[in-house]
Amino acid sequence: MLTLRGRPNGRPYLFVRVVSGMVTQGDDTNRENWSRLMQAAQDGDRAAYERLLRAAVPFIRTVVARQHRGDRIEDIVQDVLLTVHRVRHTYDPARPFDAWLATIARRRSIDAIRRRGRIAAVETTDDVAYETFADPGANKDTELTVQASGLGAAIAALPEGQREAIELLKVRDLSLREASQVSGKSIAALKVNVHRAIKTLRARLKGSRGDDE
Amino acid sequence: MTMSDTTDQLIARLSADAGPVQRLRHPLMRAAAWLGCVAIGSGGVIAAFADTSAFIGRAHDVRQMVELTATLATGLLAIVAAFEMSLPDRSRAWALLPLPALAAWLATTGLGCLQGWIAGTPTDLGESAECFLILLGTSIPLGLVLSWMLLRAKPLAPASVAAMGGLGVAGIAAFLLQFFHPFDVTVIDLAIHAVAIGLVIAVSALSSRKLAAA
Repeated sequence: MLTLRGRPNGRPYLFVRVVSGMVTQGDDTNRENWSRLMQAAQDGDRAAYERLLRAAVPFIRTVVARQHRGDRIEDIVQDVLLTVHRVRHTYDPARPFDAWLATIARRRSIDAIRRRGRIAAVETTDDVAYETFADPGANKDTELTVQASGLGAAIAALPEGQREAIELLKVRDLSLREASQVSGKSIAALKVNVHRAIKTLRARLKGSRGDDE
Repeated sequence: MTMSDTTDQLIARLSADAGPVQRLRHPLMRAAAWLGCVAIGSGGVIAAFADTSAFIGRAHDVRQMVELTATLATGLLAIVAAFEMSLPDRSRAWALLPLPALAAWLATTGLGCLQGWIAGTPTDLGESAECFLILLGTSIPLGLVLSWMLLRAKPLAPASVAAMGGLGVAGIAAFLLQFFHPFDVTVIDLAIHAVAIGLVIAVSALSSRKLAAA
């Protein structure tokens, strides 16, 4: 039911009303309504859930943008959406939804920073790293760094399906179920693609190492 | 800013997949449910097998009374903290909740150990080994049920939640042990308790990722 009511300043506003478990029309940008939409979503109202997620994306993006820049933001927004989906049963309708969502978005942003830090630890090149030492064991880190820089290029050159599987499962560290939801591909197809991608990468990197030698 | 195609498609897929879900109860109620089950189960075992008069005798000593209270408090507070931490929107500061009780537990146990060493209390390796087995034997079933309850929340940091749960289980198990081990703590006892408790926490934390993914 769509209802118009007057604000103290005389301007009308829209609000959501729950009728027989279904959420009807409302102002989705009003965060106070998100709690009711989520409550309806928990009860199985898919339309309310879709409206909520669409309405919440700009809010999530704003939270994520405080710590990230560029294309990475959209990846983390998707991570947040997947997390919300996975833990939606933990939301307590008595508490404000935007605070619940903001905490999840912040934590996933921090997780992404940590994950990036771990990846950067092996991908960053360093001029000093090209020095070689008499002891072969001392050059292991240098070799790893050189290999990691080639790995990024090798992943980018993979066929689309394989590259997507590697990025979702190995770079973004999503679970098979989450990767399946993001890509729309079956878990079996992702497993096959990631297996093929690793095989391709192994062959290419081995070949490039052979060329270097 | 417009929504990217992939995010748009993801929302459509998630919405299509969104059936009704059962809301989790308040974390304090869930903690109370687990502790209630443990109290009922352990109460029966204590009534049937424990040397309660020796336990009451120990409780008259101030240091031992503080130690028992701190042990139980560590277990209870760590369990409450674990249930709170399992929810995605709760502060990580919940991890600090059991620390004062844990510090009191370690301090009083260490003091008892020192007093025993000065008094020349003999070490019985057989009894120490028995303690170790009781601690593990109590912790494993309690920990399995607790893990199942905690992982229902699908925590964002399962290892931290499991480690906190492990501390809670270890505290409860160490408290229950007092009903069956009415002796002064020796250095060996202390070391074995520490190993058993550390083992429970480590196994909980390490297994949490696999259990969470299952």
